[in-house]
Amino acid sequence: MAGYIFRRVLQAIPVFLGTTFLIYFMVFAMPGDPIVALFGDKTPNPAVVAQLRAQYHLDDPFLVQYFRYIAGIFQGNFGISFSGEPVSQVLARTFPVTIRLAIIALLIETIAGIFVGLVSGLRKGKLFDNSSLVISLILISLPIFVIAFVAQFVFGVQLGWARTTVRPDAPLADLILPAIVLASISFAQIIRLTRSSVIETSSLDFVRTAYGKGLGRRRIIPVHILRNSLIPVVTYLATDFGVLLVGATVTEGIFNVPGVGNTLYQAIIRGEGPTVVSFVTVMVLIYLVVNLVVDLLYGLLDPRIRYVK
Amino acid sequence: MRISRIGVGVVALAAASALVLTGCASGGSSTPTASANTSAIITTNGSEPQNPLIPTNTNETGGGKITDNIFAGLVYYDEKGAPQNDVADSITTTDSTTFTIKLKPNEKFTNGEAVTSDSFINAWQYGALLSNAQLNSYFFEDIEGFSYDADSPLTGLKKIDDTSFTVTLTAPHSDFPLRLGYTAFMPLPSVAFTDLKAFGENPIGNGPYKLASTGAWQHNVKIDLVSNPDYTGGRKPLNGGLTITFYPTADAAYADLQANNVDVIDQIPDSAYATYKTDLGDRAVNQPAAIFQSFTIPDRLAHFSGQEGQLRRQAISEAIDRATITKVIFEDTRTPASDFTSPVIDGWSDSISGSDVLKYNVDDAKKLWAEADAISPWTGTFQIAYNADGGHQGWVDAVSNNLKNNLGIDASGAPSPTFKQVRTAITDRTIQTAFRTGWQADYPGLFNFLGPIYATNAGSNDGDYSNPAFDALLAKGSQETDSATANKDYQDAQTILFKDLPAIPLWYSNVTGGFSTAVSNVHFGWNSVPLYYEITKG
Repeated sequence: MAGYIFRRVLQAIPVFLGTTFLIYFMVFAMPGDPIVALFGDKTPNPAVVAQLRAQYHLDDPFLVQYFRYIAGIFQGNFGISFSGEPVSQVLARTFPVTIRLAIIALLIETIAGIFVGLVSGLRKGKLFDNSSLVISLILISLPIFVIAFVAQFVFGVQLGWARTTVRPDAPLADLILPAIVLASISFAQIIRLTRSSVIETSSLDFVRTAYGKGLGRRRIIPVHILRNSLIPVVTYLATDFGVLLVGATVTEGIFNVPGVGNTLYQAIIRGEGPTVVSFVTVMVLIYLVVNLVVDLLYGLLDPRIRYVK
Repeated sequence: MRISRIGVGVVALAAASALVLTGCASGGSSTPTASANTSAIITTNGSEPQNPLIPTNTNETGGGKITDNIFAGLVYYDEKGAPQNDVADSITTTDSTTFTIKLKPNEKFTNGEAVTSDSFINAWQYGALLSNAQLNSYFFEDIEGFSYDADSPLTGLKKIDDTSFTVTLTAPHSDFPLRLGYTAFMPLPSVAFTDLKAFGENPIGNGPYKLASTGAWQHNVKIDLVSNPDYTGGRKPLNGGLTITFYPTADAAYADLQANNVDVIDQIPDSAYATYKTDLGDRAVNQPAAIFQSFTIPDRLAHFSGQEGQLRRQAISEAIDRATITKVIFEDTRTPASDFTSPVIDGWSDSISGSDVLKYNVDDAKKLWAEADAISPWTGTFQIAYNADGGHQGWVDAVSNNLKNNLGIDASGAPSPTFKQVRTAITDRTIQTAFRTGWQADYPGLFNFLGPIYATNAGSNDGDYSNPAFDALLAKGSQETDSATANKDYQDAQTILFKDLPAIPLWYSNVTGGFSTAVSNVHFGWNSVPLYYEITKG
């Protein structure tokens, strides 16, 4: 087990270097000079532009810039954003908010999704199953910004049940509406995944055996059926957590959540290389960790899966 | 439009009851009420400043909104855009070249330091020095000693005593006092120069507001300002402070306004253009701003120089239906242009000789185009470059269609994915098409719309336009000591622009905004930013 984890961590190093290199290269290769854009529609004097480019080391060759950046990371220095804030501080400020948002969304979609999916799977073809399938189909087919705008307008502006946008300190109460919006699409996916998995597991021999030896439904459903149906769902949830961290951009923009998606979007627009690469780097790390955790979780769900060697 | 009788009745009834309820008070919302709470915090929208909050390095609206409120310069601009003395006691000149500036005594920064001649001189010296690479350094280029080639002190700044100094320019500029309200000319306390980066995080100013505390600027989130009790100028706040929340999208700010979570916003999202007037009623704001939109056709493009070019430019201008485009695409949040400046600027005129080329006149456009074809037949495609991330596609397509239908030529938009890409192509002159241009005035003067863009070799002359007669009129205007005479010269200079059309004027952007039911006395300044100090709440 320990050896397995160690090897996985070692594997993460080339992945980390490769992704940062690629991202840095892509930011570098984006056409246009970010310094020129700082002046808006006005044309800057070339002398001033040259001074600023030198200040941000934009004149150096790509590899030199990249190695300066990587060397900085190992000293805990992620560079400085255009507005003068160290990128490490930007990370420390925005990631907790987005992680909180993602966890709330994940909790909502997991609990609600697995419950509805389980009930649907157990009552295949009944009214509950059919209506949950229709609802999930609607949710999957709606783009997230539509759901977000409608939720904001109905619950925020019209009914006044929730804040229209999240306040700067991002209190829990403000995050619930955006979290529900974020969760809505994955919620539909989880219903469908759980349902088909439950249906499949229910027809397997060991379940029939369990019924045969007289075990009650209270024991069979959670322990035998649900536990064995969860592997595809857990895999999905793991990737979804990553998607929530990265893909919350639209929702964060609409609800003005002071989180990662929002900040990353602004940084891309401004062409702030160090900020963009640092954010993506941290996201890559989170992906790697979450995937490792999920691989380890399989063992708990299905004891036949063992990490030896 | 169909209006039902019932609808009219309801409106009339509502209007009548509103009159009764307000006790027939006229202008109820524009006079501060006695119950207004002078400690109330006004909340408003903003955007994350692009740079640390140093006045000479702040050139965009997000940061400018803050620096303008925490610093007081020599003058400030009132609602009409007229300069009023702020820290200055008097600004005098006899030749528009040397200006003598006297300061009010006993002005101080919020850290207690006195505002003296040195506070201005040192700040300007810093802002102008090449190696400091300040985004606003070009504001000092007319002062003696300025250089873009090497570090060089401004020799034109001379201290007389603690409350007076002189500024000498390299050439006469009658509008120099008018520029002094711009962010770049704010004073700095001496503590700023020990560590300017740290100062930019927690600036110390002398304006109507100050930072609520150290660290009041939460990056990408908001900044908290409170009123400065020591401020003695004409912008004394009628409220207790200002919280500027940074919204990445105008949609989020607008949703907050509808839910009364924010007091004043100065940007309505495109998605709400069609509905915001109904949503907000008389709390909706839509008025012209000091923003001029155009597209520039560089001289170097084939068929666009000399006599042929003049004819083609005029034909293109007359083939564009500005009234319909501003109505249909922009829901009247743009005002069709009638000159090269803006209606909020003193000296603006809609009857400058030659401005007929801005009228939609298809027959004349066809005739002019044919005359140009007689000189040299048209070949190729006419394209307008724009950045796709800025919401320009709608009008570019509409203008292209106008040209296609009315002149019978192949016309289209040429989108670039990002703003920085198109701006880089424009500044290094690799662009081979016409391109979108816009100008937001730095200070409320006609010269600012003409000199920096169309004068020979001027800083933002992206089309490389040059006409000695135009240059001469600008110089003449700059030498006048009377602003009315100077404005006359600038209007004459525009008659030349209307003939040459280095850029095709399109429209003026309006400032769109709105305010909540909690506040009153909301007015927008000449630069489209609300005059926060006047706003009352409660």
